Amino acid sequence: MDTQTIIEKFRGKFGPDVLDTEIKNRKRALVTINPEMILKVGEYLFRDEGFRFIIASALHTRKGFEIHYHFSKDEIGLVLNIHVILDKNKPQIESLSNMFNATNWIEREMHELFGIDFLHHPNQEKLISEGNWAEGVYPYRKEFKEDKK
Amino acid sequence: MSKPTLIPIGPYHPLQEEPELFKLYCDGEIVKDIKWETGYNHRGIEKLSESKTYDQVFFLVERICGICSTSHPFAFANAVEEICGVEITDRAKYIRSIIGELERIHSHLLWVGLAGHFLGYNTVFMWAWKYREPVLDLFEMITGNRNSYAMFKVGGVRRDIENSKIPVIRKILADVTKKADLLTGAVMDDPVIHARTKGVGVLTKQDILDYGAVGPTARASGVGIDIRKDDPYAAYGIVNWKVITATAGDVFAKAEVRLLEMYESVSIIDQCLSGLEKTKEGEVNVKVTEIPEGMGTGRAEAPRGEVFHCVFSDGSNSPARHKIRAQSYTNIATFRKSCIGQTIADATLSLAAVDPCYCCTERMAVAYDSASGQKILNAKELIDMSARKTAELKQQISHKR
Repeated sequence: MDTQTIIEKFRGKFGPDVLDTEIKNRKRALVTINPEMILKVGEYLFRDEGFRFIIASALHTRKGFEIHYHFSKDEIGLVLNIHVILDKNKPQIESLSNMFNATNWIEREMHELFGIDFLHHPNQEKLISEGNWAEGVYPYRKEFKEDKK
Repeated sequence: MSKPTLIPIGPYHPLQEEPELFKLYCDGEIVKDIKWETGYNHRGIEKLSESKTYDQVFFLVERICGICSTSHPFAFANAVEEICGVEITDRAKYIRSIIGELERIHSHLLWVGLAGHFLGYNTVFMWAWKYREPVLDLFEMITGNRNSYAMFKVGGVRRDIENSKIPVIRKILADVTKKADLLTGAVMDDPVIHARTKGVGVLTKQDILDYGAVGPTARASGVGIDIRKDDPYAAYGIVNWKVITATAGDVFAKAEVRLLEMYESVSIIDQCLSGLEKTKEGEVNVKVTEIPEGMGTGRAEAPRGEVFHCVFSDGSNSPARHKIRAQSYTNIATFRKSCIGQTIADATLSLAAVDPCYCCTERMAVAYDSASGQKILNAKELIDMSARKTAELKQQISHKR
């Protein structure tokens, strides 16, 4: 199965919830989806299509908080980026960690660094700064200013 | 069941000499639960990267890991070149692959040595580290550095490998191969190592997929993923080589995969050297004048598995956002599967079998007081905090007892 077919199949399955698609080349594709669909998309990719979860990248932009979930289809070397845009004031999305363990740490890290809430996460504790960081201070947000003292 | 006893490994690992804390909750000899604390070495590299120019980021990411120092620049170069749409020269491809594979050889030798040390088999430790030295000398000859080689840049490599050096590289590699034979024989044929590592810390194929584990950890469980083959970059799509896999998923299988991979690396380097002879000296760079707006994902197969870099460019001379996923990030997480239900002695071995690299996994030495929100930066306060944490841990342990 090539990238074009995979994207067409994805569009057929999720229809109106696919907000945008971009095929950069035969090994890189980006699909923007409705954030409410993340659980169904995760299940489809991981269980039905045999994708491997690589990692997720969070960004703080003018649009709000964005997450790129990077999935890999190793048989054809495809990196499929599932892109979601979350609310500026209340960034939250369903956690994928109840489905597979690979997202557990990165969701904790994104919660810690960006303040994105992962609903129903089995254990949303801090991953890297437990006990050493003020509550409610998110260093990777754009408004965070380093104290130069 | 009686109240579990807490056995700490860390906050400074006695053998791997890196900061982490594994809390083993044990009932007698058996590990019943395990927790991991990290963050001792978090350096905020992703954030720091946003304040550096693309050329400077190479030096920054090279310092994420002291062992596989070229894997991060490799993945970063792949990501940025994807944004620019640049195709590097064949000679630069060969040089990149040579550096990548030499690194794999020295990293695998380092692990085999440490694995021997973990087992109490210190002869293997001494041998492996002794035989690793010529590889580091080779690096010094080619790049000028034994580690952190500073060879990569957008559009190619910084230094060429002169054709006159090729016979010397081949000679050293032939010597290393002979020593690798000796070492492989010592490890693969030793009945004590078989008895000590077979059936220990088994990870099934499903565990690998569930945790997204990569590299030799995945390949030892029969999951044949290797970015060099699946998504070829540099010269890996040009040369012939095979992916080494095993099926048992235990500590022995992981050792077997790493030892046999060294031979593939030697073969890849040999073919790349032949490639160098066919290309013109000096053609190692393509001029890149601008990094356009866009997003690039770069992958590279480091000795421990897939390194993933995602770069978001806004058209300026520094990344707008740079996400780094090191290979140990997913591999270390498998400890819950490989250690719970085992004895303490086996658990320590299983924890080491994924070749964990804690520096890679964390990527700020800036501390905040959680109570006041004030920044603590002076050395005395950091030392005091360390002493306080140690006291807390001691109290916790005595309380558990």
